[in-house]
Amino acid sequence: MYQYDEYDQRIVDERVAQFADQTRRYLAGELSEDEFRPLRLQNGLYIQRHAPMLRIAVPYGNLNSKQLRTLGHIARTYDRGYGHITTRQNIQFNWPRLEDVPEILDLLARVQMHAIQTSGNCIRNVTSDPFAGVAADEHVDPRPWCEILRQWSTFHPEFAFLPRKFKIAVNGAKEDRAVIQIHDIGLDLVRNAAGELGFRVLVGGGLGRTPIIGEEVAAFVPWQQILNYCEAILRVYNLHGRRDNAYKARIKILVKALGVPEFARQVEEEFAHLKDGPSTLTQAEIERVASRFNDPVLSPLEQDAGYRARLAEDKAFAAWARRNVREHRVQGYASVVLSLKPYGVAPGDLSAEQFDAVADLADRYAFGEVRSTHEQNIVLASVREADLVALWQDARAIGLATPNIGLLTDIISCPGGDFCALANAKSIPIANAIQDRFDDLDYLFDIGDIEINISGCMNACGHHHVGHIGILGVDKNGEEFYQVTIGGRQGNDAALGKVIGPSFAAAEMPDVITSLIDNYIDNRQDGERFIDTVRRVGVESFKTRVYAERSARQEAKEAAHV
Amino acid sequence: MSDIIKNGRIQADDWSVLRLAEGDQAATVALPAGRVIVPLAVWQARRDELRAKAEAGVLGVWLAGDEDPAQVAGDLSVLPVIAVDFPKFADGRGYSIATLLRTRLGYGGELRAIGDVLRDQFFFLVRCGFSVLQPREGKYSAAQLRAALDSLQDFSEPYQGAVDRPEPLFRRQPRNPLRKEAA
Ligand code: HEM
Ligand code: SF4
Repeated sequence: MYQYDEYDQRIVDERVAQFADQTRRYLAGELSEDEFRPLRLQNGLYIQRHAPMLRIAVPYGNLNSKQLRTLGHIARTYDRGYGHITTRQNIQFNWPRLEDVPEILDLLARVQMHAIQTSGNCIRNVTSDPFAGVAADEHVDPRPWCEILRQWSTFHPEFAFLPRKFKIAVNGAKEDRAVIQIHDIGLDLVRNAAGELGFRVLVGGGLGRTPIIGEEVAAFVPWQQILNYCEAILRVYNLHGRRDNAYKARIKILVKALGVPEFARQVEEEFAHLKDGPSTLTQAEIERVASRFNDPVLSPLEQDAGYRARLAEDKAFAAWARRNVREHRVQGYASVVLSLKPYGVAPGDLSAEQFDAVADLADRYAFGEVRSTHEQNIVLASVREADLVALWQDARAIGLATPNIGLLTDIISCPGGDFCALANAKSIPIANAIQDRFDDLDYLFDIGDIEINISGCMNACGHHHVGHIGILGVDKNGEEFYQVTIGGRQGNDAALGKVIGPSFAAAEMPDVITSLIDNYIDNRQDGERFIDTVRRVGVESFKTRVYAERSARQEAKEAAHV
Repeated sequence: MSDIIKNGRIQADDWSVLRLAEGDQAATVALPAGRVIVPLAVWQARRDELRAKAEAGVLGVWLAGDEDPAQVAGDLSVLPVIAVDFPKFADGRGYSIATLLRTRLGYGGELRAIGDVLRDQFFFLVRCGFSVLQPREGKYSAAQLRAALDSLQDFSEPYQGAVDRPEPLFRRQPRNPLRKEAA
């Protein structure tokens, strides 16, 4: 992963000093609440239901073992013993005290970490493919580009007070695993007809209360110009994005209001002035940044016979390998996903002990490095095939080997009403209730690939719009209800789900999911995934089934009472 | 008289800022005596009348967040001061306006941040080309303003180019690649 140089370290150290002074002035009453808010937000500090919440940046999801141990230490010392991986690959702590935050940031700076711009109306953490650098379908490693964008956007003086938050994601693989279509800017590394590298640029994606799939604004921007082009986009947005209404302030609203052609024209006009300017990237700079990733240099290994033999004879291991192990671009290696979705745990949570234990696994089996995923799991990018059995056993011992990656119980969920002050409804208990209902592993395997995403309100932190099944917490006369969508998807054909009908009480949710799954099982053609069946047969069939079975349940209940 | 920060130093200042009140007309509003920074609308309505004052160095113009700096493109050599208003500190349009004035339009005169100008944004303001920072009158004590001067040095080597240092870090300083060992 990327290794700081003296300049990277200095900037982070200077930030620690700056924020310590700001916090001191706030606590001394010199800074008003309103004046301090954006300062703390740009350091990832929210004031939440119970306590401040601190969001720590994990640039494009990359972490090393030393950092994991620091996070474990923070969880133990300043929190209640756990942390949470978010859908933007960051880590959140729910219980730190404001007074402690400068000290926490200081600990983080010592391991090349920070909380810079993890919140606030600025350019946020750049996200990417958790399998970057090792995926078999990758044509360009997105990480150096992410790092270049990270540096460019860090304390960008012109774009620190945008109309609203701004999120950038980068993809360099055939299959987009960074959900670039739901970001303010989605960058797709592509080659033009001449074979030159550049970016296809999407703008205006986003979820929240007005979900929109991003649209192409430029088919090809040469890599040298990407910062200039991004600057043009940001300047148009900064000057013309709405500032009168926070709900209409994202760039997607500006793009919709102007229309893509007019928005693109304004960006091009601005870009014409910036093109070939000082921010133009050079080959030397790309190579330098790429060189600062201390990736292991892997040579192909013999396929491991022991691993293959174990697959044949050990059903539990084979189940794990099938769901949690992925093909690596180098023969003899694999990528492994540690599931943070065991039964009965908040999706994405890691205890302090697990942070430490994952660090140990990383050191033992994965060259000291892990990635966080937007699905709220952890990836060990490069593991020898010969080590998979031992890794599995060790991961099992710490509860991180649930063989459910991509299955129904691998639910994405926001913190919801248990933690978040904005929530309409709880999310985590719904995730857990659904996991409880579907506790038969053979059945889960039979259902196959499916994504359930849960958000506790329309801010959509849990990406419910792009879940195959999306669950949204709504408030109905002060009671917690849930609206269900189906047909959403992430990836190359990202799409927004459609609402199936009136919302449900919390207690009904496992039954609703059962009805949806039963309808899928009854209608699927061989090999078809849930999402494909929804696409083929349409939403109506699912809707009819869900509400018919709901009425039947209610009638049965009433009958039981007479 | 209020204290401002000019080119990194605190000094007393006698420019006043004219803001149109309800019912004021740009064409007829009375100008206060002394050095004054007027709204763009006033300048546009009375350019001929005010030009001499500008040339004498006692009249400048301020832009609101929704005003295109290109509207003063023809006046840059005449105006001794251009100010950009921050109605709220969190309204960041002024950063782009300042950047455009400096880089696109080539304005080299005094560029002043007025309105809700807070010390925690000084660093960003200066990087975008503001040469004068004018917090609201009474906002900071003299001691606070002195302490705030330090914040101009909060980050010694910023990554990206901006008005103050047009070249990004990778062009300003040698940055080293990492030597690799085989695993
Ligand atoms: C608990 C404190 C949190 C608060 C107060 C909060 C608040 C918000 C708000 C207000 C939005 C909507 C922004 C908009 O539409 O302009 C939003 C969006 C988002 N949040 Fe959170 N959030 C929190 C936690 C999280 C967590 C834990 C995650 C990850 C699991 C997360 C991931 C996201 C994502 C991915 C979006 C983007 C949706 C989009 O593209 O519009 N947030 N958040
Ligand atoms: S979706 Fe709503 S409830 Fe969930 S974390 Fe975001 S703001 Fe909170």
